[in-house]
Amino acid sequence: MTIKEIQDSIVEDFSMFDDWMDRYAMLIEMGKECPIIDDKYRDEKHLINGCQSRVWLSAELVDGKVNFAADSDAVITKGIIYLLIKVFSGQTPSDILAADMSFLDEIGLKEHLSPTRSNGLLSMVKQMMLYAEAFKIQSES
Amino acid sequence: MFDVQSIRQQFPVLSQTVYGKPLVYFDNAATTQKPLCVIERERDYYLNENCNIHRGVHYLSQKATEAYENARITVAEFINAPLAHEIVFTRGTTESLNLLATSFEHLFIEEGDKVLVTAMEHHSNLVPWQQMIQRHHGELLVVPMDDEGVLDLNAYQELLKKQPKVVSIAHISNTLGTINPVKEMITMAHQYGIPVVVDGAQSMAHLPIDVQDMDCDFYVFSGHKMYAPMGIGGLYGKTEWLEKMPPYQFGGEMVDTVSFEKTTFNKLPFKFEAGTPNVGAALGLETAVKFIESIDRKAVAEHEDLLLKTAIDGLSQIEGMRFIGQAPHRSGLVSFVINGIHPYDLGTIIDKMGVAVRTGHHCAEPVMTRFGIPGTVRASFAMYNTVEEVEIFVKAVERAANMLR
Repeated sequence: MTIKEIQDSIVEDFSMFDDWMDRYAMLIEMGKECPIIDDKYRDEKHLINGCQSRVWLSAELVDGKVNFAADSDAVITKGIIYLLIKVFSGQTPSDILAADMSFLDEIGLKEHLSPTRSNGLLSMVKQMMLYAEAFKIQSES
Repeated sequence: MFDVQSIRQQFPVLSQTVYGKPLVYFDNAATTQKPLCVIERERDYYLNENCNIHRGVHYLSQKATEAYENARITVAEFINAPLAHEIVFTRGTTESLNLLATSFEHLFIEEGDKVLVTAMEHHSNLVPWQQMIQRHHGELLVVPMDDEGVLDLNAYQELLKKQPKVVSIAHISNTLGTINPVKEMITMAHQYGIPVVVDGAQSMAHLPIDVQDMDCDFYVFSGHKMYAPMGIGGLYGKTEWLEKMPPYQFGGEMVDTVSFEKTTFNKLPFKFEAGTPNVGAALGLETAVKFIESIDRKAVAEHEDLLLKTAIDGLSQIEGMRFIGQAPHRSGLVSFVINGIHPYDLGTIIDKMGVAVRTGHHCAEPVMTRFGIPGTVRASFAMYNTVEEVEIFVKAVERAANMLR
């Protein structure tokens, strides 16, 4: 699936709920489902700054596509990053860099995009983009 | 008679709804809300009195100067400082502590000197001392605390023997709520001839303060945590100390005479008030002091104790509850974690239920390290909070915990 198709299906999933509690319950469920990151990545180097909870993110390039893995000690944060992983993992660096992130508005997470929010959604997106950028430069050189 | 509803009416911000729910504001240790009288006082200053002070010969300037100096007298009386010039207006606790650390550095800090703080300090009463002492290859001595959040006074006694140059301690811990035995600790330090700074950021709104009875050498506080505007606070210092301390910042009205070769400095307290002060906020602070004094302080303390007790009773019914800070003498706040639940998650969910609390390390990371936790959820109370709000809060925490487990 393309990034856009995945985003559309997430928006569809979230649109079943009007109530914020159900939407958060879904994020919490996603947080619990998020695959555990390999212990070797749970270090300072993979820590994303700007979060009240700790978030570790790793990425590797396999056959021209980026695979992300992440973990957090807070379950909502973990749900949010798992959501981003679903969108970006298995995509090419160029597609990731070109992605439109407005789907976050549609699922009611826009408030989390502000730079002052302590969960650091913005930092997570930025970090993923940075990985994509690095892989792109690497593969072009 | 203490009537919480009539007090609430003076705080318009409290009557709003957030996400469609009535706001429950339990982040008072971060900043309190402001009563109408304080807001109106500052507004009135800008509507009718705004002027730069101390140097103008004209009517408005003299009037504003008089108002500002009267505010100083009101604050001095509030904490029973013997002399008004012993109150220096600052931006708040953090600036007051930076002023002290900087001034002491120039006055008497030598290579290898020590400064003593406690294990429960806010970063503002830790980092200025740490950075200053490190410049002189010195050492920060730290009074340890037990699992309840009570300072170890025997260890304190032993640390005093290492002759720190200054002792700086929180009156009330912003994370644990512990009320420290500052009077006793000051007496102990004075036996070694060591001056004591008391960080009163969390105490001014909750406890009657008497700097003479306490016999502290310095007392520092923030206006915005005691119903006053942001950007104003103070430093009380004994005259004998303030006289010999060098200025912290330079320029503006803190000077006496200036030539290219030499500058002499103004008398107390102006020596420490460089630049144009926040006159409007100082007047707001004066009004906040009068507001606090206008309400039966004993009744307020009893009311806040009831809120705390109700919160602790309710929260202790929740599975996995662990209170951080259980000192016998505490004030104004409850800090906790729930096993298996990150404070950030809990705070995020109860925010959606209209409850404003603080989550995280509360600018006291060493305290979190001491208890081996990433942070806590902290609910802190003010006189305008109600038992009903505490009940809403407890239910919200319970509901969130069930969602997150």
